[in-house]
Amino acid sequence: MLIACPYCGARDAHEFAYRGDASPVRPDPAASDAAERFHDYVYLRDNPAGAHSEFWYHAAGCRRWIEVERDTVTHAIRSTRFADERRRA
Amino acid sequence: MRYSLFNVIVNGLTKNRYAERAWRDPEPKPEYDVVVVGGGGHGLATAYYLAKNHGLHNVAVVEKGWIGSGNAGRNTTIFRSNYLLPGNEPFYEWSVKLWEGLEQELNYNVMASQRGIVNLIHSDAQRDAYARRGNAMRLAGADSELLDVAQVRALAPFLDFDNARFPIKGGLLQARAGTARHDAVVWGYARGADLFGVDILQNCEVMGFLRGADGAVKGIETARGTIKAKKVALAVAGSSSRLAQRLGLRLPIESLVLQAFVSEGIKPLVPGVVTFGAGHFYISQSDKGGLVFGGDLDGYNSYAQRGNLPVIEDVLEGGMAVMPLIGRLRLLRQWAGLCDMSMDGSPIIDIGPLPGLYLNAGWSYGGFKATPASGWCFAHTIACDAPHPLTAAMRLDRFRTGHVIDEKGVGAQPNLH
Repeated sequence: MLIACPYCGARDAHEFAYRGDASPVRPDPAASDAAERFHDYVYLRDNPAGAHSEFWYHAAGCRRWIEVERDTVTHAIRSTRFADERRRA
Repeated sequence: MRYSLFNVIVNGLTKNRYAERAWRDPEPKPEYDVVVVGGGGHGLATAYYLAKNHGLHNVAVVEKGWIGSGNAGRNTTIFRSNYLLPGNEPFYEWSVKLWEGLEQELNYNVMASQRGIVNLIHSDAQRDAYARRGNAMRLAGADSELLDVAQVRALAPFLDFDNARFPIKGGLLQARAGTARHDAVVWGYARGADLFGVDILQNCEVMGFLRGADGAVKGIETARGTIKAKKVALAVAGSSSRLAQRLGLRLPIESLVLQAFVSEGIKPLVPGVVTFGAGHFYISQSDKGGLVFGGDLDGYNSYAQRGNLPVIEDVLEGGMAVMPLIGRLRLLRQWAGLCDMSMDGSPIIDIGPLPGLYLNAGWSYGGFKATPASGWCFAHTIACDAPHPLTAAMRLDRFRTGHVIDEKGVGAQPNLH
C-alpha cells in the first residue's frame, strides 16, 4: 500500500505508523455531560466497511501527521492531507 | 445417528453411499425462541449449549455463507488458557476443560491434541512476568510450568538459542494447551446442535431487524424471509460493527486483519506450540505436516480478507530470528481473517444493549480457543437473562465504568493489541 504524503510524495505504508480513526472529536472537558462524551470519544467507533478517515504518522519520513481517506475494503486511498489542515479549515 | 468404529468401517467400505447428512437443511420457521446470528464456532456452540444445558430446542442459527466460511476457517487452531487477569483466566481455563472432553461430548473427532504451548523467555524481566502469569494461571486452577533453558532445548532443539538480540533463557509451559481442527469444531457443534432440533439456516444473510415500538429487537429480516424471535443473539465476530450499525449502535470495536501462514508439509518437527513474544511470532505443526504460523495484526482498520506484504515480511523476519531453519521451507499459503478488535483486547458477552438483543463480540485475535466456553457462557446469558459468573467481567458497560480487562495494557488502541 502506497500513501501519498503531501510533503514526501507516495511512500510505502511501512514508513507510517497508524494512529487510528480521525473522525472522533475530543469533547469539551468542561461540558456537563463530559464523562459520557469522553466514553464515546475514547471507545466507540463507527468502524465502517468502506470510506474511512484516519491518521497516519509519517515516522520514517517527514514526521508529519497525515489525514488519509481510505477504503477499508479495497485499501484504495481517495485523498491525503496534513492533519492540521482540518483544524485550519 | 451416532458415529462409531462400526459406522466408520461400514461407510468406508460402501464409499459413504449410505452415510447420513451431518445436519439437516431445513426451511426457516416463521418464529423461534432464540435466533443466533452467525454460524461460526461461537454461534453454533451457543445454540448447542442452549439446547443441551437449558432445554431450549426452538432455536435457529442463521449464517450468511456456509458453516465454517468465516473466521472459523481462518485461524491458527490453538487453544490455551495462559492468561493473567482474573476477568479472563478462569473463563479460558473453563474453555480448555471443555476442549478436553469435546470429542466425547459431541461424538465427533475435532482432532483436539494437547501438545502444549511454550512461551519463550528472552530476558530477566520477561521471566518475572511469566512467573507471575504462571502463578495467576495456577491460582485459577490451570497448569503452568516455568522451564529453564535446558528444558526448552530438550523440547524444541531447533530454536536459535544463542541469538545475539533475543537469547532464549527459558519458557513458560502450559502442557494442557494444544490445537484442534478448526473445521471439525464447527461441524461437530453444528451436528450436535442439529441433533437437539436446532435449525441451521445457511445462505441466510441478515439484512435488517424487526423492531418493536420501544426499540426492542423482535426478529430479523433475512435473505430467506422474515424470522420472528423472542431473543436475537449476535455472534458475528468480524461483522459486529456492521450489524450493530443496522440497529443504530456503535460498539467499542475496530476491524483489523490478522494473517496466518502454512508451509509445505514436512516430517514431525515442532512438538507443540511455540511463541516468541519478544518479536511476536507463534508456530505449531498441523497433523498434515505443514508448519502453521502467524504474527502481528496488519495494524490498521481493514475489512479486506487479504493481508499486505509488509506484514508478511515482518512475520517471516520474526520467524527467522527465533527459528532460522524455516528459511529452508516454501510458504504454501497465507490467509487473513477479520479480527473484531475491542478497545481493551478482551471480548464482550452481554445482555443488550437493546431489549431482546444479546451480544457476543470483540474476540480480538483470540476467539478460536474460547469457542466452547463462549458458547457455554453466552447460552447461559441468553437463557437466564443474567451474565454467567465466568463472563461477569466481560460486559459492554465496562468501558463506561472503567473496569476494562486490558491484558496487554495498551488501552484503547486496538491496532496495537
